[in-house]
Amino acid sequence: MIEPAKNLANELTELFGGTQVELQEFRGQLTLLVQPEAVLAACQKLQQRGFDLLAALTAVDYWPKQPRFAVDYRLYSLERNQFVGLKALLTDEQADLPSVEPVYPNANWHEREVFDMFGIRFRGHSDLRRILMPYEWEGHPLRKDYPLGYEEVQFSFNFDEIERRKKYVKD
Amino acid sequence: MLQPQMEITVDELRQLVSDRALQGETMLLNMGPQHPSTHGVLRLLLELDGERIVNCVPDIGFLHTGIEKNMEAKTYEKALVMTDRMDYLNNLGNNLCYCLAVEKLVELDVPPRAQVVRVLLTELQRIASHLVWLGTHALDLAALSVFLYCFREREHIMDIFELCSGQRMMTSYIRPGGLWRDLPAGFDQAVRQFLSLFPKRIQEYESLLTENPLYLDRTKGIGAISSEKALQIGLTGPALRATGLSFDLRKAQPYSGYEQYEFEVPLASNGDTYDRYIVRMEEMRQSLRIVKQALDRLPKGPVRSNNRKFVPPPRSELGHSMEAVIHHFKLWTEGFPAPAGSVFLPVESPRGLLGCYLEGDGGPKPLRVHFRTPSFANLQAISILSRGHLVADLVAIISSLDPVLGDVDR
Repeated sequence: MIEPAKNLANELTELFGGTQVELQEFRGQLTLLVQPEAVLAACQKLQQRGFDLLAALTAVDYWPKQPRFAVDYRLYSLERNQFVGLKALLTDEQADLPSVEPVYPNANWHEREVFDMFGIRFRGHSDLRRILMPYEWEGHPLRKDYPLGYEEVQFSFNFDEIERRKKYVKD
Repeated sequence: MLQPQMEITVDELRQLVSDRALQGETMLLNMGPQHPSTHGVLRLLLELDGERIVNCVPDIGFLHTGIEKNMEAKTYEKALVMTDRMDYLNNLGNNLCYCLAVEKLVELDVPPRAQVVRVLLTELQRIASHLVWLGTHALDLAALSVFLYCFREREHIMDIFELCSGQRMMTSYIRPGGLWRDLPAGFDQAVRQFLSLFPKRIQEYESLLTENPLYLDRTKGIGAISSEKALQIGLTGPALRATGLSFDLRKAQPYSGYEQYEFEVPLASNGDTYDRYIVRMEEMRQSLRIVKQALDRLPKGPVRSNNRKFVPPPRSELGHSMEAVIHHFKLWTEGFPAPAGSVFLPVESPRGLLGCYLEGDGGPKPLRVHFRTPSFANLQAISILSRGHLVADLVAIISSLDPVLGDVDR
């Protein structure tokens, strides 16, 4: 581990010491594994420590493994010139976590994208609608149990019949 | 039975616009998705008070092609071609971002010559991208001739890319572990010709716009934002640097040997449309400096890593080495495995922070590829930037953010 990353790791251990947090390091990049409920509080803490830009927010689907989803935040601090990752694991039944919009307003669209693609809900989000897919779309395309192409084209006369055969999980 | 929501309900509308619109005080106007000044298929729902914008709600997704999902179904090497098609003005930059992420994940080294060529080509790409931006930006503000001049120079760069890769836009030239093949004969000459020609041309564009009163009226003080607000809303790239914050990943966290080049990060202070113009114009000059330095130092040597577990052997070895045949077969049928774990790799694209989140699961296909695209993140600022301005100014603001809709929707 290079020196600045080590310092950051020490500082983060101190900052989150005692709470249920795990610090992971992979290829020189630090990631904090936190409980889903603690995401907002962790973001607040990190923002106070200078991490002022939410650089990326995305999710991963590990289906059929459990816990099924991981939501990954990448924060950047201009003054320290460092990135840090924040990760929360979610199960299929409890696929919701607090929105970080109060801390990072730009989370708005990123969370909408994650909701659209994975069906993960963000509590307290100001406007949780689909963003990339059409409003009436069913299913969440980036889930692993959602088929990639090879779908029959649905017309009004055979819509119900094809709908019954579809494999992916509906809301 | 399918019940498509052709009309938005009042409750849903209430979330998007103010109460004044529901009482009929302000007018709702749809702009796009088929409109020349929205730079692609961007739809905006405008709430207008007379000609002033009260609120502007972007609607995106018309160009969503499922690139991230498609990449999950391909091996690491094959998935590369999808990245070209994301931001179609920054093809080589997307290639570079993805390749750096793959190389980080599997810990693959890149030979020095390939690194220099990567820098050289992505800087040329930055100039080409800024030229398209400048042309269309000026065109939106009714300066038609700038558009023609910019595309004339862009064609030189496209010719250089065609020389290298056989393609003008969808190059796929940068590959995990290096480059597709070495630079062709005549490359040096073509780039030097461009280097001698281009500085004069930048002056030409500036003489058309920088002090043009019509242009100043349309851009000064339009769409201004403070640096704190810009960070909050996730603006990066020239739009953030126009507010005075020096954040350029080429300087902050150098990749591909950017720390060895001399260049400056242009800044401005007001964060308005004019400042974004000034920053991008200066960036083209700085990119030209980097291209010149890269061309002068271009070292000799291989352009692809010789780690045969990840990079296929050259054609010449296949005739006499059994091992080479096995490696070739393994790589083109199965692909190379990457360890379980995730990396996030940010680079500086012409539009801002382009990040590739890549997660492997031990197999030859990525478990998840996500691109944090600058156009997507920057476009979110449009409702803040346009509030209180005229509809005509909105056109200037959209183009000053330089969104590429292929990059927004992926």
